[in-house]
Amino acid sequence: MTLKQIEGSQGVAEAVALCRPEVICAYPISPQTHIVEGLGEMVKVGQLRAEFLNVESEFAAMSVAIGSSAAGARTYTATASQGLLFMAEAVFNAAGLGLPIVMTIANRAIGAPINIWNDHSDSMSLRDCGWIQLFAETNQEAIDLHIQAFKLAEELSVPVMVCMDGFILTHAYERVDVPLQEQVDAFLPSFEPRQVLDPARPVSIGAMVGPEAYTEVRVLAHAKQIQALTLIPEIAAQFKAHFGRDSGGLIKPYCCEGAHTVVIALGSVLGTIKDVVDELRTQGCAIGVLGITSFRPFPLTEIRQALQGCQRVLVLEKSFAVGVGGIVATNVRMALDGTGQKVLTVVAGLGGRAITKSSLAATLTAAMNDLLEPFSFMDLQQEVIDRALGRERQIRRSGPVAESVLRDIGSVASQIC
Amino acid sequence: MNKPFAITLDVGSSLANKTGSWRTQRPVYLNRKPPCNHQCPAGENIQHWLYLAEEHQYEAAWRVIMEDNPFPAVMGRVCYHSCEKVCNRGQVDLPVGINSVERFLGDQAIKHDWQVTPGAPTGKKVLVVGAGPSGLSAAYHLARSGHAVTVLEANDKAGGMLRYGIPKYRLPREKLNAEIARIKKLGVDIQLRTRVTDLSATLAAGHYDACYVALGLQQGRLEPIPQQGHLPVLDAVSVLRAVELEESVAPLGHVVVYGGGNTAIDVARSAIRLGALSATVVVLEARDQMPAHPEEVREGLEEGITLLNLRKIIQIQDHTLTLEIMVSGEGRETLPTGQTEAVHADLLVQALGQAGDYSLFSSLPQEVTIQNGAVLVDQKGMTSLAGVFAGGDMTPSARNATAAIGAGKKAARHIDRLLRGAMESACLPQELADIRWMNTRYYSDAPRTIRPILDIVRRTSGFAEVVGNLDEDTALFEARRCMSCGNCFECDNCYGVCPDNAVIKLGPGNRFKINYDYCKGCGICAAECPCGAIRMETEQI
Amino acid sequence: MSHQPVKFYQTGTFTVGNRLLDESIRSVQATKTRSNSLNSGHRACQGCGEALGARYALDAAMDVSHHQLIAANATGCLEVFSTPYPETSWQLPWIHSLFGNAAAVATGIAAALRIKGRSEVRVIAQGGDGGTTDIGFGCLSGMFERNDDVLYLCYDNEAYMNTGVQRSSATPPAVRTATTLPVGAEPGNVFGQGKFVPTIAMAHGIPYVATATVADLFDLEYKVKKAIQIRGAKYLHIFVPCPLGWGAASSDTIKLADMAKECGLFPVFEAEHGKVTGVSKIRKLIPVEEYLKRQRRYAHLFGKSPATDVISKIQARADENIRMYGLLATDVR
Repeated sequence: MTLKQIEGSQGVAEAVALCRPEVICAYPISPQTHIVEGLGEMVKVGQLRAEFLNVESEFAAMSVAIGSSAAGARTYTATASQGLLFMAEAVFNAAGLGLPIVMTIANRAIGAPINIWNDHSDSMSLRDCGWIQLFAETNQEAIDLHIQAFKLAEELSVPVMVCMDGFILTHAYERVDVPLQEQVDAFLPSFEPRQVLDPARPVSIGAMVGPEAYTEVRVLAHAKQIQALTLIPEIAAQFKAHFGRDSGGLIKPYCCEGAHTVVIALGSVLGTIKDVVDELRTQGCAIGVLGITSFRPFPLTEIRQALQGCQRVLVLEKSFAVGVGGIVATNVRMALDGTGQKVLTVVAGLGGRAITKSSLAATLTAAMNDLLEPFSFMDLQQEVIDRALGRERQIRRSGPVAESVLRDIGSVASQIC
Repeated sequence: MNKPFAITLDVGSSLANKTGSWRTQRPVYLNRKPPCNHQCPAGENIQHWLYLAEEHQYEAAWRVIMEDNPFPAVMGRVCYHSCEKVCNRGQVDLPVGINSVERFLGDQAIKHDWQVTPGAPTGKKVLVVGAGPSGLSAAYHLARSGHAVTVLEANDKAGGMLRYGIPKYRLPREKLNAEIARIKKLGVDIQLRTRVTDLSATLAAGHYDACYVALGLQQGRLEPIPQQGHLPVLDAVSVLRAVELEESVAPLGHVVVYGGGNTAIDVARSAIRLGALSATVVVLEARDQMPAHPEEVREGLEEGITLLNLRKIIQIQDHTLTLEIMVSGEGRETLPTGQTEAVHADLLVQALGQAGDYSLFSSLPQEVTIQNGAVLVDQKGMTSLAGVFAGGDMTPSARNATAAIGAGKKAARHIDRLLRGAMESACLPQELADIRWMNTRYYSDAPRTIRPILDIVRRTSGFAEVVGNLDEDTALFEARRCMSCGNCFECDNCYGVCPDNAVIKLGPGNRFKINYDYCKGCGICAAECPCGAIRMETEQI
Repeated sequence: MSHQPVKFYQTGTFTVGNRLLDESIRSVQATKTRSNSLNSGHRACQGCGEALGARYALDAAMDVSHHQLIAANATGCLEVFSTPYPETSWQLPWIHSLFGNAAAVATGIAAALRIKGRSEVRVIAQGGDGGTTDIGFGCLSGMFERNDDVLYLCYDNEAYMNTGVQRSSATPPAVRTATTLPVGAEPGNVFGQGKFVPTIAMAHGIPYVATATVADLFDLEYKVKKAIQIRGAKYLHIFVPCPLGWGAASSDTIKLADMAKECGLFPVFEAEHGKVTGVSKIRKLIPVEEYLKRQRRYAHLFGKSPATDVISKIQARADENIRMYGLLATDVR
């Protein structure tokens, strides 16, 4: 095994290339851009034999992917944030048509206000579109999940999103193990489509389905997600057998045994949380961490089992459903239905706000002492909120909120690390 | 392929949806009667033989003509082709040159010696009196029906007015002879120089089962005009007959012909050819009212005849004719003005009409009705005496060769039925193929071929044929201008334009079939049928 | 312009078939072996011009590609009436994804075929005018500028018919639609809006752009066949009357298409690399009024007091086309 010190995006680009995609659609949007740039270069120099298309929008990117996948080509694209929303219609459509496209989401906040930094609002907004959503904790896992994603997608005929935190992972240089081509070839068979546009055996794909069968079609989509609950761990096990490391799977429990409090999170923040938990455990706190790799399908049973015996669950989310509260937490509550276990929601890291160890430690400590509100925001500047609300009460034309907030606090105060 | 449920479908599955149930109207194929066929006095199926000619099937086309008319080469020259006047193509650009294609086919038949076979003998005998176009037509059809036919003709040669009334320049005699010879080959016995004076006796002597009398109008009629001096005054029939027999007519000089029909023009044109110094035609009617065929008039004028319309000859004083100037009244009426003018003449030929000699009927047991100089016949062509049929110029008719041929055919059909004791077959009248049922935008824009006309000098210097022969390309071109009014010509339009693929193509010669399982009744096939062979009918729901 | 009309024949090449023509130059639609790419049993309205145009075009494409053809279809009438579960009318590999992405889906198919080395398989994208000139325009333009190996077929019936006859950017002025009602100061669709995508396609400099109507089958087939054989992006804009949306007799579909061309309102031409290389001349020029009168979507122009000013403005549009494209037989290009 040789480790390479490379950027996360470059690592993903190399991993995707090892999967021998035949069609790659590229449309620039930060922070995904480096991935497709890397792939584009590989195609251009002839290192990767694929069609690399510079399309005119994310909507076109996913649409081209739909076409190429339906024509039997292994297809890849990547996007983030606004891009994912712009292709939303096609994202649902790819799932509805059962096309095994793999797409990287370099997770990023959604505007307005426009914001290029990381949170999970983009993926979460399309959590119910029928795609499998896998969240990478590290760049190594991002690489590994892509290799697993093609296998998973193609076995089920379902598209897969591999979500990795924008900038935090995509732009981070780390030592990673990029597998060898023969390893990947041995793990990932060539694409045998379940349906294909072929003049030799013509079919019509994308029929209009009315009330007489629509429900059944939706239930069948759900059934595929349920199948994935079995298949994802299987593929992770196969992966381990081929590559010698644990990667992927549905969930990642960390020190959950005997923990009274378990912190649940997705993505790169798990690393920071684990550091804080390690420190708290040295102080004797019964606290553990549960990382969720597969958010769709959501592993209800596995999570319920992993949380058995803990008193409270703290869900730390990088997105939230405006008007309700936590998104992941809502799903976790479903897993814990009837257990009476307490579920707290903390929203953190929106729009790239740093999640610091100290804030985390304070939050977790408060949670363990039952001092935390059921729904709260980490490092919220309450006085800014109060000022803005006060201004709006006073002046009808109070101006745009985002700009006012920036004026209030100064952009240097946005706490980007 | 393990296809996704409902979203991915197999080909061919839409056939389960029978959209024919949507229909409130259904397209139905039909044949409408083309106006040319409807118009043809000889009852030719013109559209049908043009269809075959289009495909180079000249012999087959000729045989279709021969079903109705034994004289294609002759009629291709002398018929006034009223079919072309009603030809729907005339409303698009110019009528199809039907007549010229007929002539081409007739000439091909003579060239290749195509023959017709007689029918199986019936043992019945039929007498035909007169070997003119009508008599020969009847004889031909009767022979094809298997009857033994004898034609008795007073003249030296068969052909009647085709020979003795139509000049050679309009009808070369070798064509006429060839077509008469073909009728003889069928077994028709033509006895020349045999005038029938007592029909009753002739019928009894020959044990005939039926007879057809077609004497024509052999006697030229002379209008009495006050005359002083010795100007020769002849009737047109005698003049044309003399021309045919190459007998000398009176000294020619300045010839004046009196009359406005084709005969008058024929006489004038013949006079020019025989060396007359001038030929002037005095016509009572205005130019647009005169009965002569405009083409004949035009060709005559080109050859140098002079036309004096709205003139009446009121007096002959030696070589001077006094003409009263007339004016047009209501309809065809002309009124005198009292004004006169003088014209010099060395010969006056009257072409004002002909009369028949019906004395042969006098001995019959029952009287044959004669009215206004014509023998009356019923719908079947039978006179008031059962078994005695008559037709041609001697019966009330258009008095031209084509009508005479048609009358002969009709009489032959009824004689045949009478002799076989067959019932009249009821046949529904066919709807006329009016141009409003057609979609003429599909026809290529193509002008009618202009007939090559012999130069004036060549024409006037002798009796060479005036109207030139069409070569094959030209004939084909004309045939292919036929719009096939009311009759499917397999253009595939209905098959192509149906948005529901509900028209089944049955292959060459077999036309098409509607697949009512899927036909939604939109009506595009009927709207886009060039020739009007599809009709939309309301569904009975 | 496009094909050699055989002048010597009764109907030349105006009819679908002609028994007098050599089989090799008969239309695909005249053959018993045509693909019927859009099969019987589809649920298009009676007399649907789009259904007809689609079969004309795809059968020709199937013929020239030896049945090596894949089609991507935009949402719209054509898609809805052809593939309601459990029945499809398509007899070729066909995919429907979305309203606005047919061109991009086709690009994807073409890319897949290219990487798989299946150059013999040709790709078509098709949609109505809404799916092409409006919602699908971005993807269309992208497909054009990349010169992707796709033939895009736009079936133009001048409005959103599937959703109940609303205005599109291909709806002509004065037309009554559900969103341009014949009321107010300027009844119907307003003048001065809309776009003609063929010329925009030409501006991309793609190898081939053409227009056609369902009234001239030979011309349409010629253009489809020509386009299919060209590598790169091709655009064919086919005029397809809609009896329902236009308020016309179902039997008038072809007639109206012919009249639109004959009055000059719909110019029929072809262009290569951005330059017009041929036009279909008007055979018999007619005033626009004759065309407009047959359609209830223009009925408000022909009431008790006809809107002669509006009609003459429409006539001026036709005259401008005639001038610009040289549509009269006497015009020399």
